[in-house]
Amino acid sequence: MNPVMEADVTAIEADVRVRLADVLDPEIPVLSIVDLGLIRHVRVAANGAVEVGVSPTYSGCPATSVIKADVEQTLRRGGYGEVRIVDVLAPPWTTEWITAEGRSKLHDYGIAPPSAGPVACPQCGSLSTTKLSEFGSTPCKALYRCMRCLEPFDHFKCL
Amino acid sequence: MNTAQAGRSHFTYVLRLADTNLVLAQRLGELIGHAPALEEDLGLGNTALDLLGQARLLLTHAGTIEGRGRDEDTLAYFRNEDEFVNATLVEQPNGDFGDTIARQFLFDAWQLPLYERLATSGDTGLAAIAAKGVKEVRYHLRYSSGWILRLGDGTAESHARVQGSLERLWPFTAELFHADDIDREMRAAGIGADLDAVRSDWERQVAATLAEATLERPGDRPWRWFGKRGEHGEHLGRVLAQMQVLQRAHPGARW
Repeated sequence: MNPVMEADVTAIEADVRVRLADVLDPEIPVLSIVDLGLIRHVRVAANGAVEVGVSPTYSGCPATSVIKADVEQTLRRGGYGEVRIVDVLAPPWTTEWITAEGRSKLHDYGIAPPSAGPVACPQCGSLSTTKLSEFGSTPCKALYRCMRCLEPFDHFKCL
Repeated sequence: MNTAQAGRSHFTYVLRLADTNLVLAQRLGELIGHAPALEEDLGLGNTALDLLGQARLLLTHAGTIEGRGRDEDTLAYFRNEDEFVNATLVEQPNGDFGDTIARQFLFDAWQLPLYERLATSGDTGLAAIAAKGVKEVRYHLRYSSGWILRLGDGTAESHARVQGSLERLWPFTAELFHADDIDREMRAAGIGADLDAVRSDWERQVAATLAEATLERPGDRPWRWFGKRGEHGEHLGRVLAQMQVLQRAHPGARW
């Protein structure tokens, strides 16, 4: 393969990032991995090989291996022959890296976004809510209930 | 000290952390579908998942340090009982819910200050795993101490039962703070944690929670458990038998 030009590297990187925005989280399928702030870096080598650095959310999150396989598949479908996915552990992923768009998508999906203060009900907006269980249906969520509309809901925990 | 020996100590140090998490994750995994309520099934199952995730990272890291090509699966499935170097506390049976919670609380209150220190280890790979783990262990400790409060300050029955759990499990905690040659060597190398400092944080946390839960801190008693040297009681073999049987019968089997 011919060495790629510097301008190409920038274009390839931009194209890879656009494609990554289409890779959805397998457990919260309204969020992309870009919304979640999981992409640490995209590097394009002189031979055109692409390396993507991904932060795992929780150490044991089963979605991590699915996400890595999806990234590889998406980029291969986009015509990239040589793709490498690397885990980036440090610094540890934090829910502060979830984008503003990601937070608003979480809210619209019925999951209260991470909040250090009182947790607002994603249905009616009331701040009068109570935690039912520290752990919910996935490691990243806790189960809450709204005291006003009485609906139960998931809260994306602060990490 | 020669480099080869330092490498072996480093490998063993990381492997002890990995095995301790792995065995506890396996124990908690036994409860999936059997916890007293759905919320506790999720709580204990999620805790197991975090501990397993940390164990996998630690096993992979240990395999890299060893440099003999053993990956996480080889280390988890193809070592015998006397090659496991987990703390004896975590191989204790689940018992009743009070036993499970007491074991978890004593463990979480140790893992948090330990990992807080390991997060600045000179071994950057270990530091990254620990820094990530700290965030998860905070949740585990909040969950287990919440149950210590409810059981201790609950009914006369729950109080007496969880007090009994603490008495039975307490002697196994001494090993967590006992520094042997490997701990001392790793501390001197800037890799390991100061176990005396971990102990004082642990004592403070445990004393505060037990006092709030109206429970008594059990007295220290003589102990002789050295799981971290590969000397185990009767329980570990059964845990490993269940964990390893499929890979031993069909080596390399994949889902």
